[in-house]
Amino acid sequence: MSLAPLPVAIPLLVAAVVMGASRILPRWLTDMLAIVTSLGVLGICVTLLRQAQNGTINYWFGGWHPRGGAAIGIAFSIDTSAALVAAFVALLFALTFVYSAWYFEDVGHVYHVIMLVFLGALCGFALTGDIFNLFVFFEMMSAAAFALCGYKIEEEAALAGTINFAITNTVGAFFLLIGIALVYGKTGALNMAQIGTTLAHQPVSGAVVAAFGLICFGLAVKGAIAPLHLWLDDAHAVAPTPLCVIFSGIMVQIALYAIARIYFSMFAPALHAHVDALRWIFIVPGIVTALIGGVMAYLQSHLKRLLAFSTVSHSGIFLCAIGFLTPLGFAGMIVYIVAHGLVKASLFMGTGILLARYGTVDEKRLAGKSRGAIWGAILFLTGGLALAGLPPFGDFLGKVVLEHAASTIGLGWMAAVFIVGSALDGGAVIRAGLRIYFGSEERERTGHHEQRENQEAPDGRKRPWTMTLPSLACLLLCLGVGATPYGLRALHVRAPGPDLRSYLYEIATLLVAAALTAASLSSSRLLHRLFRGPARVLHAVHSGTFTDYLAWMASGAGVLALALLAAFW
Amino acid sequence: MMHYLPYLVAVWIFLVGLFGLVTTRNLIHAVLSLSVTQSSTYVLLLSIGFRRNAGAPIYSTDVPVSTPSVDPVMHALTLTDIVVGATVMALVLALTMQVHRKTGTIDPDKARSMTG
Repeated sequence: MSLAPLPVAIPLLVAAVVMGASRILPRWLTDMLAIVTSLGVLGICVTLLRQAQNGTINYWFGGWHPRGGAAIGIAFSIDTSAALVAAFVALLFALTFVYSAWYFEDVGHVYHVIMLVFLGALCGFALTGDIFNLFVFFEMMSAAAFALCGYKIEEEAALAGTINFAITNTVGAFFLLIGIALVYGKTGALNMAQIGTTLAHQPVSGAVVAAFGLICFGLAVKGAIAPLHLWLDDAHAVAPTPLCVIFSGIMVQIALYAIARIYFSMFAPALHAHVDALRWIFIVPGIVTALIGGVMAYLQSHLKRLLAFSTVSHSGIFLCAIGFLTPLGFAGMIVYIVAHGLVKASLFMGTGILLARYGTVDEKRLAGKSRGAIWGAILFLTGGLALAGLPPFGDFLGKVVLEHAASTIGLGWMAAVFIVGSALDGGAVIRAGLRIYFGSEERERTGHHEQRENQEAPDGRKRPWTMTLPSLACLLLCLGVGATPYGLRALHVRAPGPDLRSYLYEIATLLVAAALTAASLSSSRLLHRLFRGPARVLHAVHSGTFTDYLAWMASGAGVLALALLAAFW
Repeated sequence: MMHYLPYLVAVWIFLVGLFGLVTTRNLIHAVLSLSVTQSSTYVLLLSIGFRRNAGAPIYSTDVPVSTPSVDPVMHALTLTDIVVGATVMALVLALTMQVHRKTGTIDPDKARSMTG
């Protein structure tokens, strides 16, 4: 019997059991069940990863094997990258369940049920080899994410943020579905491998190019690529902290992973001749996203929004990595996604601890509040440094592989984008950390709107070790990703280790981050004046209503259509 | 020309729905616009599965398997699409009711998310 369907089946079954037995299950048992389930899924995914080393695992549901080269059933198609991503999903959920065990005070079983459905959907999304099945898992994880995002339904801001999230992502899903329908119209197939071989034997038609654009565009909404990223900071600002861990840790990046996977399995043979033009279609929005996200993160004082924009900025870097369109870029992206997810999870967990203690996540209101909390300070600042790519954390390894992938196709200057993007993110986090843990307390401001944020956890209670430990574990795991060669080896990729140049780039990154930190901590007016104009424009764009976001989405679609026209004319 | 008509209709419905979403001043109107936008995917899916002079894919002793039929895969996809859509609509409508209870308005511009 194959293990392949279990990462999806087990969480769904346990969710059903927890839902059915919600009256008799005590809270601690539900927590334990959820943690054990995630760890079980992790174990299965690691086993699948080992099996996938000998070649892609194809599992045909219900025994509907292909006949005469045509798929008639639905398949999971598990290569090393899919198994690795699914394993990372399960790991992140296990840590999040530990973290949230004592986090919510009066949370019902519904939280665990929806989270388990979310886990199953993300695993299925990573493992599936069927393009329509991918859409179904996409919508399943979206629905779970919307429901959990609006968990604090008593708060106005939570409602508005969730509605923005739900409507923008649903429209994105329509783009994805239309693209899938066009592909089916051209190939008569839904199996990704079969689509790939069919398309390779056809001349490139307008419908195929349109389908490619629509699928990438739909996934890029979830993947937070500018200007489609506008929902992301609203959703992060209102979602409970454990959800932020999942959103920023993997949900956004898994959509980008799907873009890469779909390109390589479906479109790469057909569009091979146009690879040079295609690169720019990924890299240009990638650079724009990396810079906008970085600057917005740097301008934020709301910690959750700050971290959310840093996720946007990394999405841009990942999109650039896809844009290299080489296996090395793809492998580097996956390593970077895992490393970034772990660091971001650790930082969000730290933010959640602050929120539980002081009832706010505003950097200015938190300033100096946590002086003397040595462990908190160490975790937060190390997280900031790791985000900027301090060796030997995993982010450094990810950047080294990506820099190498860029220079092998003659785009060595891309390193500058990585330096600026990660320096802005790291600088913003380090500044916030220094201000919170070592700064001086500001006078209490009146009439500030962040007052209502302490609904997640009881005030003043000493934070339990279950909140600190997962945060520490994430950082240690990230250290492991960077310091050991297992990640790249599991992906069958040989990349040269860091050389002198990568260390020089990293020193440059850290220096820029330090300069940015110093500039915003010193109360110099120069920086303020320098950033005031762009800041006003950027804040106006992030208006907080989905109507504006959809207008941006429509114009983004128009630009992409023109770019594809220009590339394939 | 007739061959392209269903596709043009799908594009038109999609744009109408999107226009409704962008200009909406009412969350229930927004949910309905979302549903209109989604209808374009139904039209597209069904027209891709359409075959001229073919019947429903239901066979019996009177209708042999060799009879031409429209593509049943697209029907299955449309059905799944409808189910998925219903989930999201229900969720957003529930949120809309909660917005109304909390703020007394369902204008998305008035009940906007706070930006930091």
